[in-house]
Amino acid sequence: MNINLDVDVTEKENETTLHLKGEIDAYTAPLLKEKLLPLTAKQDHHIIVDLAEVSYMDSTGLGVFISALKSTKEHDAQLKLVNLQERVHRLFKITSLDTIITIETTVRGGN
Amino acid sequence: MEHFDFIEMKLPAKPEYVGVIRLSASGIANRMGFSYEDIEDLKVAISEAMTNATTHAYEVDEDGEVTVGFGVYKDRLEVMVADHGGSFDLQEVRKTTGPYQQSEKIENLREGGFGLFLIDALMDNVQIKSDYGVIVLMTKNLPVNEVGLDDDQISTSQ
Repeated sequence: MNINLDVDVTEKENETTLHLKGEIDAYTAPLLKEKLLPLTAKQDHHIIVDLAEVSYMDSTGLGVFISALKSTKEHDAQLKLVNLQERVHRLFKITSLDTIITIETTVRGGN
Repeated sequence: MEHFDFIEMKLPAKPEYVGVIRLSASGIANRMGFSYEDIEDLKVAISEAMTNATTHAYEVDEDGEVTVGFGVYKDRLEVMVADHGGSFDLQEVRKTTGPYQQSEKIENLREGGFGLFLIDALMDNVQIKSDYGVIVLMTKNLPVNEVGLDDDQISTSQ
């Protein structure tokens, strides 16, 4: 069991993928914010956050993604969350945030 | 009087201990026989309350403490999260807590925006008292067909 959070960053030309592993809570959310927010301030940048290995998230994680979404709107960047586990996806549904944040739960093909 | 086991934990009001209380809650709920889904709900709700308490307590005192109490009943788990750092009595708190009112001043509880909303959504009953520090009392009911603590655990090994 890992209650910490590892953030692995994969950069491409105008696309960055963050692979997250662990749990997102009040302690680990600031680390995620620190890595994610600067990316959302890049004009026309595409950010993909892969949550396949995130086994736990609470409102502190929702807060980070809301901040990131606001920032992408200001900079014409794109944010997409992919591979959410059912329990994590449920939080976005309960709060209706799934209606404003782009979420893809299907596994992306190799590229 | 209704019998219950009571577990109390005192933690520094720091975010690094939110994960620790979440693991403790998970263990207690698992022992009581809660389903995987209910345990995940409890983990989120308790983490939200602990996060709020941590934020609130830290504003008052950088060396503040958060007290978490688990009331283990045959048919439910009651969890109290208090940010005044002092010890508390379950029965006393139960007597003085009322239903959560929208009109109450809850700026500190709303840190992050969705914390309290999630606690309300994921628990069966939530009460908040804010006269002296902030105390959140929340209850998750154990479905009647689940195995409880009082059942004979030994029989399974016979």
